[in-house]
Amino acid sequence: MKIFRYIIVGIIFGITLAKAEVISWYRIYEMFKFQSFHMYGVIGSAVILGIISVQMIKRFKIKTIDGEPIVINPKQMSISRYLFGGIIFGLGWAMTGACPGPMFILLGNGVGVILVVIASALLGTYTYGLVRNKLPH
Amino acid sequence: MKEIVDFVSQPWPWYVAGPVIALVMFSLIIFGNNFGISANLRTVCSIVGAGKNCEFFDFNWRSQMWNLIFAFGLILGGFITHEYLTTPEEVTLSASTIADLAELGIEAPGDQLVPLSIFSWESLATVRGFIILVVGGFLIGFGTRYAGGCTSGHAISGLSDLQLPSLIAVVGFFIGGLFMTYLVLPYLFTL
Repeated sequence: MKIFRYIIVGIIFGITLAKAEVISWYRIYEMFKFQSFHMYGVIGSAVILGIISVQMIKRFKIKTIDGEPIVINPKQMSISRYLFGGIIFGLGWAMTGACPGPMFILLGNGVGVILVVIASALLGTYTYGLVRNKLPH
Repeated sequence: MKEIVDFVSQPWPWYVAGPVIALVMFSLIIFGNNFGISANLRTVCSIVGAGKNCEFFDFNWRSQMWNLIFAFGLILGGFITHEYLTTPEEVTLSASTIADLAELGIEAPGDQLVPLSIFSWESLATVRGFIILVVGGFLIGFGTRYAGGCTSGHAISGLSDLQLPSLIAVVGFFIGGLFMTYLVLPYLFTL
């Protein structure tokens, strides 16, 4: 059943980020202060293993679970969009100490007020949709 | 069983968490999707009808339902950790971080997962709490869609595929994050 597999992977990801304290506001603050290797170790080791797995998928032409070919589309090149968008995102990330995944994990952890952050993020996404034609991409 | 639960309940070191994150990304690719969480915000906007007056949200959101189911799994994962896998141990921050936070006036750094002086309903009624929770959330939602991805989509997925746009986005994350941490947060905490 398809729903089931996404829930299971979601649960594993949720437990992992919670137990590694990636969802902690303090850890994000510590990361931006370069005062601990922890977050760099988490992201760095994930990326190194990620590079190896993506290369394997491409080399061995691994198929999806349903037998379809895997296509990883390259992102369209631009500087302004990624730089400006990234800076805005970074401001919010350092403020709330939560990026989109951890928001939901914190909710499960009983931090109820994070619903305000989620609602505000929805409003931010909606606002982007409204003004995107006026922004440099 | 109790031994296993106790073992899993300890804080996980980076060299456990990083590989599991890579495995999660790999699983989602094998499922025929891509690992990126923030797209679900756009999906929710579309479900509640934002596509009626804005073409950006006018797409077949049913094809993106997996992303919301995944988010539901995240909530469950957080809940399971909170209910069954917690230890009395606090977040073991570096000594310099604790000193910096004390200087900002944050009580008992690392005692909880998040500083309750910010993450509480009472705090929402204060200028500082409102800015951090509402403005912060808004910047995340706006920025992530503008940049076309968040930490999972760019820093993990994009870098794993050696994509230059993702590297630019991650540099942006750090410019914004460092500016906020060094220049804005110290001011916010005087409010």
